[in-house]
Amino acid sequence: MHDSSRRDRASRLMKAITIPTALALSAVMIAGCGSRDSDTASGSNAKSCVDTSKDTIKIGSLHSLTGTMAISEVTVANATKLAVDQINAAGGVLGKKVEVVLEDGASDPKTFAEKAEKLVSSDCVAAVFGGWTSASRKAMKPKFESLNSLLYYPVQYEGLEDSKNIFYTGATTNQQIIPALDYLKQKGVTSLYLVGSDYVFPQTANREIKAYAKANGIEIKGEDYAPLGSTDFSTIVNKVRSAKAGAVFNTLNGDSNVAFFREYANAGLKAAEMPVVSVSIAEEEVGGVGVQNVAGQLTAWNYYQTVDTPQNKAFVSAYKAAYGANKPTSDPMEAAYTSVFLWKATVEKAKSFAVADIQKAADGVSFDAPEGTVTIDGSNHHITKTARIGEIHPDGLIYTVWDSGKAIQPDPYLKNYDWAKGLK
Amino acid sequence: MDVAAGQLFTGLSLGSILLLAALGLSLTFGQMGVINMAHGEFIMAGCYTTYVVEQLISATGVALIVSLFAGFLVGGLLGAALEMGLIRWMYDRPLDTLLVTFGVGLVLQQAVRDIFGAPAKNVVAPDWLTGGIGIAGTVVPKTRIFIMVLAVVAVIALATALKTTPMGRRIRAVVQNRSLAETSGVSSRLTDVSTFFIGSGLAAVAGVALTLIGSTSPTIGQSYLVDAFLVVVIGGLGQIKGTVIAAFAMGLLNSFVEYSTTATVAKVIVFIVVVIFLQVRPQGLFTVRTRSLA
Repeated sequence: MHDSSRRDRASRLMKAITIPTALALSAVMIAGCGSRDSDTASGSNAKSCVDTSKDTIKIGSLHSLTGTMAISEVTVANATKLAVDQINAAGGVLGKKVEVVLEDGASDPKTFAEKAEKLVSSDCVAAVFGGWTSASRKAMKPKFESLNSLLYYPVQYEGLEDSKNIFYTGATTNQQIIPALDYLKQKGVTSLYLVGSDYVFPQTANREIKAYAKANGIEIKGEDYAPLGSTDFSTIVNKVRSAKAGAVFNTLNGDSNVAFFREYANAGLKAAEMPVVSVSIAEEEVGGVGVQNVAGQLTAWNYYQTVDTPQNKAFVSAYKAAYGANKPTSDPMEAAYTSVFLWKATVEKAKSFAVADIQKAADGVSFDAPEGTVTIDGSNHHITKTARIGEIHPDGLIYTVWDSGKAIQPDPYLKNYDWAKGLK
Repeated sequence: MDVAAGQLFTGLSLGSILLLAALGLSLTFGQMGVINMAHGEFIMAGCYTTYVVEQLISATGVALIVSLFAGFLVGGLLGAALEMGLIRWMYDRPLDTLLVTFGVGLVLQQAVRDIFGAPAKNVVAPDWLTGGIGIAGTVVPKTRIFIMVLAVVAVIALATALKTTPMGRRIRAVVQNRSLAETSGVSSRLTDVSTFFIGSGLAAVAGVALTLIGSTSPTIGQSYLVDAFLVVVIGGLGQIKGTVIAAFAMGLLNSFVEYSTTATVAKVIVFIVVVIFLQVRPQGLFTVRTRSLA
């Protein structure tokens, strides 16, 4: 008797859950199409509670240690920790040892915003180093502005933003995407297919790419977005194959790259005929994607493990000593590592941990980073960076095939490009 | 023409994946009424079993075949342990099984993260599954063909097992009328455990197949859980043929809509169609006829 009623009850419950869930998910997906700046300032204009009387000074490290972005972000948190350890071993900052408070953003923008507030208001950290997705940065930005604290954001992003409370230590568009487009154009590519994850960065980056393409006579054969975390790319790859573009510009994030490149390789598409240029997979992800699926494909970044500078040799060997000989270093890791040293240099120049003093002292602060010397531009809080196009080799490492030769000034609003007028 | 053919194969292969993910669920949810939110993590267990087996056996072709059996065993044992340790205490309380298994799913995810680390692991497909075959003007990846074949084999094996083996007869007897089956000497405890073993084992087999196309990461199971539930609910509870039809219908609808729109729009449209369908036919495509009075 109770067996079928058991099933009926479960079925009723399941339906009661399924339908609202399906509707809610649909609503979220539709809303997700536009960029949503998360809840703005909660009105708390608390005074800084940073305690500078002790022998230690606290900083926050806020990355996704769980969820779909963990594949990329865990290593960035490791690189932050490495920089702190090196700074502590050399005597600390203004005579104080640096203590890291580690938090997990769990691949969820709302969690990033909450943890950022916690780090600043209750852990009283002097600065926070964190974020990867633009959605996480957009969610944290109002918190740092209303609490008047500092965020060091280490990942390349879509530009069109600046904040006196954020230091952008990854590339902005004119230091990564535009050099990549210039490179493709110079190689004779006349058409592009755009594939990205469905959120802020790819959508904005693709608007910039389309504007560039229009001005430079490059045809956009198609544009597709997959939901973040999506693992089925057969339809998108079918579309790419029939479009026969000169190259694919890939702004997918996280685990989706695995499914995309497997499908791409299995469908018989080759780097030699239709190369994929990626701006968000680095050495660490190559292992997870499977090097046999991506060998020969291109990436655009500012740093590779193979970059030949003395600073990089030291960075790579220190990282391997701390986290394992088979662990590669990547661009966002290098930027995270550099961020901590830039913070240290700025604090020492300002002779203060206070946010206002750091903001005042920041312009022109330099650090000999593994990628080459970088300098803070005080007008927009971005840093100068060298652009590098790399090719993924079967050994899993990325080798530079082209670089800009010198560090490029940051231009987050693309003021120096006529075709970028009207982009917001 | 090649576009239509390409999307047809894409839809069929997506349907096969949904079918593999939902097949085990049609047993544990459809037949037993347990809302097992840890089903996705059993799928993930299959992915990681494949990874481990591949580390132990370097020949990837052999490793894949071994993984199918090892995955079934690992998933099955996890499922049996879940049934014996927790679910047996909360039959007749579907909301509680939902919450408890959701918690178990989170624990399993974190356990995998602690053991294997957060970044995705790379499972290498065997040589005979790399590349694609040209069919009707389109290229179908061999991995997709393998998954289609695997889905067909799994359905046939499950249907045969339910129809012809003594254990299958016991499962069907308990589903149709538990009290009468017990009176006839069938141990419903043993039957519940073995149903869970088979259902969870099939989830892990789906996971083994997924390593060929997706990432082997701790959250992989979650991507398929909602879809698997939708397939079972649309198909009608406890109905293998309903599950098969629903899986392929969803796969094909998704692939054709996605081709002319975008992945996000396709998902939304599939959801809307499902909601409308369930309004018109709340019991799903097929219903199980039971002899019980309730």
